[in-house]
Order: sequence, then structure tokens, then C-alpha cells
Amino acid sequence: MDVLDLTRLQFAVVTIYHYFFVPLSISLAATAAGLEIAWLRTRREHYLHLTKFVGKLLIVTFAVGVVTGLVQEFQFGMGWSAFAKFYGDVFGPTLAIEGMLAFFLEATFLALWYFGWDRLPRRLHAATIVTVAVGTLLSAFIILAANSFMQNPVAYELDPATGRARLTSFTDLLLNKVNLAAFPHTMAGAAMAGGALLLAIAVWRLGSAPAYRVLARLGAWLTLAGGALTALTGDHLGKVITEVQPMKMAAAEALYATTTGAPFSIFATGKPLPEFSVEIPWLLSVLAKGSPDATVQGINDLQAQYVAQFGPGSYVPMIPVAFWSFRLMIGVGMAAAAVAAYYLWRTRKGSAAPRRLTRWLPLIPLLPAAANTFGWIFTETARQPWIAFGISTVADGISPGLTRAEVLASLLGFAVVYGVLAVVWFRLVRHLSRQPLAPPATPADRPEPAPVY
Amino acid sequence: MITFWFSIVVLAWVLFFVLEGFDFGVGLLGPLVGRDDHERGAVVRTIGPFWDGNEVWLVAAIGVTFAAFPAWYAALLAGLYLPMAVLLLLLAVRGVALEFRGKGDGARYRRRADLALAASSLGIVLLWGALLAVFANGLALDAAGSVTGSGLARSLSPVLTAEAGLGALAALFAAALLGATFLSLRTSGPVRRRARTLARWLGTGGAVALVVIGIGTASRLALAAALLSFAAGLLARHGREALAFTATAAAVAGAVISVFTAHGSVILRSTLDPAWSLTLTEAAATPSTLRLLTGAGVVILPGVLAYQAFSYWIFRRRVSSERVPS
Repeated sequence: MDVLDLTRLQFAVVTIYHYFFVPLSISLAATAAGLEIAWLRTRREHYLHLTKFVGKLLIVTFAVGVVTGLVQEFQFGMGWSAFAKFYGDVFGPTLAIEGMLAFFLEATFLALWYFGWDRLPRRLHAATIVTVAVGTLLSAFIILAANSFMQNPVAYELDPATGRARLTSFTDLLLNKVNLAAFPHTMAGAAMAGGALLLAIAVWRLGSAPAYRVLARLGAWLTLAGGALTALTGDHLGKVITEVQPMKMAAAEALYATTTGAPFSIFATGKPLPEFSVEIPWLLSVLAKGSPDATVQGINDLQAQYVAQFGPGSYVPMIPVAFWSFRLMIGVGMAAAAVAAYYLWRTRKGSAAPRRLTRWLPLIPLLPAAANTFGWIFTETARQPWIAFGISTVADGISPGLTRAEVLASLLGFAVVYGVLAVVWFRLVRHLSRQPLAPPATPADRPEPAPVY
Repeated sequence: MITFWFSIVVLAWVLFFVLEGFDFGVGLLGPLVGRDDHERGAVVRTIGPFWDGNEVWLVAAIGVTFAAFPAWYAALLAGLYLPMAVLLLLLAVRGVALEFRGKGDGARYRRRADLALAASSLGIVLLWGALLAVFANGLALDAAGSVTGSGLARSLSPVLTAEAGLGALAALFAAALLGATFLSLRTSGPVRRRARTLARWLGTGGAVALVVIGIGTASRLALAAALLSFAAGLLARHGREALAFTATAAAVAGAVISVFTAHGSVILRSTLDPAWSLTLTEAAATPSTLRLLTGAGVVILPGVLAYQAFSYWIFRRRVSSERVPS
């Protein structure tokens, strides 16, 4: 691997890792806010206990998200300084405004909420966690706008003298049509990730407190609703992407020739794929353009078109990666929604879920986490060779002078530290889940000794 | 406009170094002033509600540096690739150690968290000191504004110089004094006593060292820092804890400002050829981006300062480190 591939691999590793924790933080913040409001309105104790429990999960997850998110903020300068220099005018403000507007809100108000149970009036206390939840959504929207610029550059003009991009309108940058389609899709995926985590923990701990039943069903509903919404929003996103990055959707199907009434393959094998495939007729045309007899552009025609437009070179992303990550994203995500739906059905009207289901349910968080990861692998690898589609390639973006040894060393460092963090996070979540949900009833049971007068 | 944004960027860095500086200091002093699990718990609780908000100033500082001066951001981070990677890893360990300490079970778990917190805080402080020395001295920028070289040495060598070592020691001293004055202000009981003694000795001892350095290098800055350090020691001795902390914070702020403004309109000096240095105007974003940032900054930052101040007000009560006899 040369320095470019290593730097790409490192970006992929730290970004995918960061994104295990981000969707959990987003959905746990919203869930904690919802549970606290439910407690304020109904005054039922178990809502309070669940709020505090979800809050603890949120705090430890948010901490990992913060420290790995900081890496993201530095990465663009460390590994991709040429990109940072030439597109900083457009790309930089998203990071700066996300930090000032959203991240400060999240960090400060989360601490106020977590440490402020006995220092703030109840309504104000609930308002702090609502602020955190709103902050996470703002963060996501602004950061996805930065990513959407890379998928579909808008709101910029190139300065002929310096070759640097110049921001023309921040509003247009935020309202990039890719962002407007990707944001709801990503949030639906986040709901699934957090819902599945809560479902898993609650099912595992079901025997210890009746309140876990509420949490299990809430988690299952979040997973199911998130699943349904990812399908709806994903359909819309697919159509937007077909419009702005036709190569990405062609690669997702490994469709070489421009086809009218194109089918969608469930499965394919072969050298560069479909030599043998199991197809659903017309489905790709429906997914890409919303009509069974629509024409979908193929890889070969797009490659020829791009050579004419941008000059010689290969504009074809890694076909098998695009093909399989797209299918696995859909398949794994829908499997999670189906399991959640089955759980809800079997536990309706107070009945207990079958043993063979509850035994395996604690593994369900792996499914949305995998689906989110496959989604990002698809989005990012099928954008190649571009760093910002149509204007700059990944090879142009790397830091000049960066050496192979440096990237190898940092990649190793990230792998080791992130690996340890994952283990510590998992064990801590397990430990927190094992704690009794309700605090000990009598003051004598409290860990702190009572004051002596 | 460029000067205005440069001052905002410097302000963000100053706030980061002062605010996170005291929580770095608290982190590294933990095992020194907290003799047992209970006392170390009290030490960590003094920064529990604040450290994350403080660290966001790093996110803000690097974010506004990127947005307002993309070429500066690019040159610094690419030229200091490995030190930055090490810094990020240490920050990751530290953040997790702090946040996870109180939630696990058992004394052994907490001892490990304390150790990780102290070691990572120490490493971060030393590294930031070295990095600030590099910020002030400059990097081996070539005509294209990049640093070239081979192997690991390309980005590691700038932090392995004598100046960087001196910067590291200065940062260690500053963070320890900030941490000690903060702890004496925010705790009661044995931790407060020990922190106060430490602040007294650090303040006076540091002042002596700074005077020697100041006379040796004819640096007025070092002499000014010596004065503030001496004042902090004296104030700590007389129980004026808030003032002692303020004096230290002022010294840190002054040092950071002088690092960032060391070469006037040149924000990153080239050690190879002065003509290759990066100037403010070259590094700045276009006027339209700076205008956007101004709008956003003017609306958002005062709000941030207000709600962070609110958070400090809510958690103003001293953390007690006494043991209650049972």
C-alpha cells in the first residue's frame, strides 16, 4: 500500500469507528429527553429510573463520540491538507459553525443535565436534555452538509487565480439537495441503532425489573419505525444520487450498459460481477427514477462521458464493494426491523417473548451498526476517485510531503487505542446494565455514609 | 476583517488553553494531592461537569482556524502530523478515563482510571508545550508551503528540539500551577490544603526559575510571567484562592497570545527561508466566508460564554474531600 491508500484506510477506520457511537448518541439523547418528559407528565417512577439509566449509557457513549470526533476535525488538515487548503473556504465554516453552534450546546448542557438533577428546577432540568437532543440533530445536519458538498459540490465558485474554491452562499451549502435527502435517512438509521441497543439491554435484563419491558418495547418500536423510515428516505436519496452521481448508482447495481427497464439483482457472482445473477425485473429503474420503463445509465457510457468531460483516467469506483455494501446495508437493516417487528408482535398485550428469541436478541445492536457502516462504505467508496465529485480527486487532496512511515505509525496507534476503547466501552455498558434500575429504597443502603451530628 | 478574525482565533485558543489548562493540571495533580480513592474522586469531581465544555474550545479553536485561515490550518496539521496524532490519542484516553472513572466498579478499576488520567494529562501538557514552541518558532515550510522529509522524522523532529523541550517544561509548570490554584479554590478539606501548599511552592519556585531564564535570555515576557507566578504563590499563601487562580490564568493567556503574535503578520514562520513564511493575508479565507463567520460568531459565541458561565455558577459549590467518620 502506498501513502495514499494508507491515508484513505486510516480515514475509513477512524470515521467508521466514530460512526459506531454517533448514531447511538443521537438516539439516546432523544430517548432520554422523551423519557424525562414522560416522567414529568405522568410522575410514574419507572420513567425516571429509565431516564437515568439511558442517561448513563448516553454519557459513556457521548464521551467516546467526543474524543473520536475530535480526530475527525483534525484529520482534514493532517492527512488531507491540500483538500483543506483549496476547499477550506467552503468546507471549513461547516466544521467551525458546527463546533460553535451545536457542539458547545451538547457538551455543556449534557453536563448540566447529568450533574444537575438536584441543582436545577425540574422543568429546566428537562429542558437541558432537550437542548442536548436538538444539539445532536444540528450537529448531524451541519456535518452532513459538509459531506454532501463532497458528494454534490454546490454554493461555491473556483477562483481562477488561486485555484481555490470560494463560498457563495452558506444557506445553499446547508440546503444541498443531497443533504436534505441524506439527513432524514441518516437520522432514521440512528434511531434504529439506539433502539436496537435499548431493546437488547432491556431484553437481557428483563427479569430484574418490570420497567425493562417498557424499555424493550420502546427500543423495538424505535428500531421498527427507524427501519420503515430508512426505506422511505433511502428511496428518495437513491433518486437524488442517481441524478447527481449516476456512476454511484450504476456501480451499486454493477450495470455496465445503459438499460431501459433495468432490473435489480438480489445476488450476483462473476469476475467483475453479474455473470450470474438473481434479478427482480424493472426494480432498478423504479428505485433510480421512479418508473419501471425509465432508462438507467450504465458504467461504460458514464466512463466514456467522464473521459470526454474531465480528461483521461478511470472514473469507475470499486464495483464489488459498491454492489455488496449497498445490498448488505438494505438487507441487514431490514433484518433488524423485521426482528423488532416480530418481537413487538410476540409481546403484544403483555405476553412474553419466546425463549429462542430473547436468547439471541442481545445481539441485535450489531445489525443496525452494520447497516449504518455498509451505508457509509457505499456512500464514500462509490464516490471514488473524487474527493469532491467532479472538481477534485482524492489523490489531489492528500497532504504533500506526508510519508508512509508516519501514516503507518498513526494508523497503528489509532487501531490499538480505539480497540482498547471499544473493549472498555462495551464492558462499562455491560456493567451499567447490571446495576439495579431503581436506587436502593432506604437511606441506609446508600453507598455514602450518612452524616453524623 | 482579517485582523478581527485573527483575534477571534487567538481568543478561542486562549480560552482553550486557560480552561482546559486547569483541567489538564487537575488531571495530572490527581495522584499528588489525592492520597486515596475518596480524595482522588473529589479531585475528579471538581472538573467533572466542566472538562467536556472546556475541550469543545479546542474543537472551536481548530474549527475557526480551519474556516478563517485554511492554509494555516493545513500547514500546521500536515507539518506536525505525528505529534498531532499522538495528541489526539492522548486526548482520547484522557476523556474516556475521566468520564468512565465514576461509573465502573471497584477500587482497582478506579486506580487504573486515575493512572490513565494522570499519565495522559501529563503527556498532553508536555506535548502542547512543545507544540506551542513550534507554533512560535515556525516549521521547515518549503516554497509550496509544505514540510518535506523522510520517515517518522519529518513531523516528529520539530518537537524534539531544545526550544520544544523548554516549551514542554513551561507548559508543565503552568498547568500544574493552574491545576493547584483551581483545586484550592474548588475543594475543601485535605485536598484543598495540599493544593494550596503546592500552589505556594510552585508559584514561588517558578518565579525564581523564570527570573533566571528572563535575565539569561533578556526576555521581558519571562519576567512578566515571573511576576504573575510570584503573585500567584503569594496570594495562595494568604488564602486569596480566586485571585491566585486569576493571576495564573492571566499568565497563561499572556503566554498564549505572545506565541500566536510572535511574528506580527506572519502566522507561521518558515525556518528555511523567511520568504516562504505564511502570512495572515495569504492564509485567510475569502471575505465572504469571513463575513459569514462574523455573523455566526457574533450571534453564537456570546451565548456560549453565557451558558458556560451559567454552568460554572450552578456547580460553584466546593467539593468536599473530607472523610465523614462512620
